[in-house]
Amino acid sequence: MMAFYFSRLVEIFPFFLKGLWMTSKVAFISLVTCTLLGFILGIFRSGKNKIVKRVIGFYVAFVRGTPFVVQVFIIFFILPEWGMQLKAFPAALLAMGIMGSAFICEIVAGGISSISKGQWEAAAASGLNLVQQLRWVILPQAMKVILPPLVGQYVLLIKDTSVVSVIGVMELTRVGWVTVVRIPEGLMVFSLVGALYFVISYPLILLSNYLEQKMAV
Amino acid sequence: MLADFNFRVILEYLPLFLTGLRSTFLISIVSIGLAIATGIIACACRISGIRLIKYPAIAYIEIVRSTPLLVQIYFLYFGLPTLGIRVPEIQTGILALMLNSGAYIAEIIRAGINSVEPGQIEAGVSSGLNYIQRMRFIILPQALGVTVPPLLGQAIVLVKDSALLSLISVAELTRAGQTLTSERFMPSEAFFTVAFFYMCIYFCLKALADWSQRKLIFREAY
Repeated sequence: MMAFYFSRLVEIFPFFLKGLWMTSKVAFISLVTCTLLGFILGIFRSGKNKIVKRVIGFYVAFVRGTPFVVQVFIIFFILPEWGMQLKAFPAALLAMGIMGSAFICEIVAGGISSISKGQWEAAAASGLNLVQQLRWVILPQAMKVILPPLVGQYVLLIKDTSVVSVIGVMELTRVGWVTVVRIPEGLMVFSLVGALYFVISYPLILLSNYLEQKMAV
Repeated sequence: MLADFNFRVILEYLPLFLTGLRSTFLISIVSIGLAIATGIIACACRISGIRLIKYPAIAYIEIVRSTPLLVQIYFLYFGLPTLGIRVPEIQTGILALMLNSGAYIAEIIRAGINSVEPGQIEAGVSSGLNYIQRMRFIILPQALGVTVPPLLGQAIVLVKDSALLSLISVAELTRAGQTLTSERFMPSEAFFTVAFFYMCIYFCLKALADWSQRKLIFREAY
């Protein structure tokens, strides 16, 4: 029986590749948006405007304090109530964007706060404006602190894309879930799903370990 | 929008939410306890010199860390019955949370042990202490303090991760929200209430983690 199911699984393997493609698409789009938004929010978070800081702080606390599934449900079920109809795919991207930006914002803010005040003062004394100070003095140094946890966060974000399967996005986990109904070999089906996730995220874990060692020296 | 937020239905379903909250609590406490035990064992295997136990430990840690928790939950949920093991969903869920967090905790403990300076170990060797004595009297007392804040961080992650168990129909907090949504179709009431309860747990644990971090910094300063 097992051999039979195995050959069935090989038969529908292209279906899994489609799921992998969907996972990569969700992951890639959300990684790019989260990085951009996260950096912008992180810079504002470490700025001087108290109201902006409070608002960002509240948003970050909400995202970090609630499970991602709950956030996905809130976006998918509640936005239609407020008159915004969203398909599963855009809703998934929105949820990933909101969640990932908050985490990256914290990493960036942490990195910027690790730079000593003297650097800001020296940059200001050299006649650089605020954007130049950030671009040429602060961020290049902060990147050393930011980069290792940022890559680690990427791994977490890629893994979190599995959660959007609950609203019916046909990504890898959803494909496994649909398949296991027809091929009742849970171990086999989800080993395959896991192996495909492993292929994407393990290289990034290695990169994160490498950066951690390199930046520590 | 928020103007017609129905507080009455929340009050009506409050017992359901509270039972859900209690299950989330129990699941989290049991899982974190088991996960710490798993983590200690996995870490001990990981840092041992014996290849036969070192490599399986590495494989376990790396596989868990590079696959999503949801896939691990489904793996056990759909996989255990094919092995002839039939247990209630809640036990499958706790097993998944335990194995998942165990791998992260093993890495946290290993980082703590690595944070002890090599000079300390050399001093131990030259004092004539054997491996177990060095662990017991020199490395672990220093390493364990460092692991407390990240362990509490992992506890926060675990509480949030336990929400995924609602997908295999474990009756916990998020499941209570799903029930309210399907019975009355009031998703905003349901999920904002759920989010509120998770935030309460989060702030308590976060305060604890920050406090332990401050304690640690304080201790290192002297």
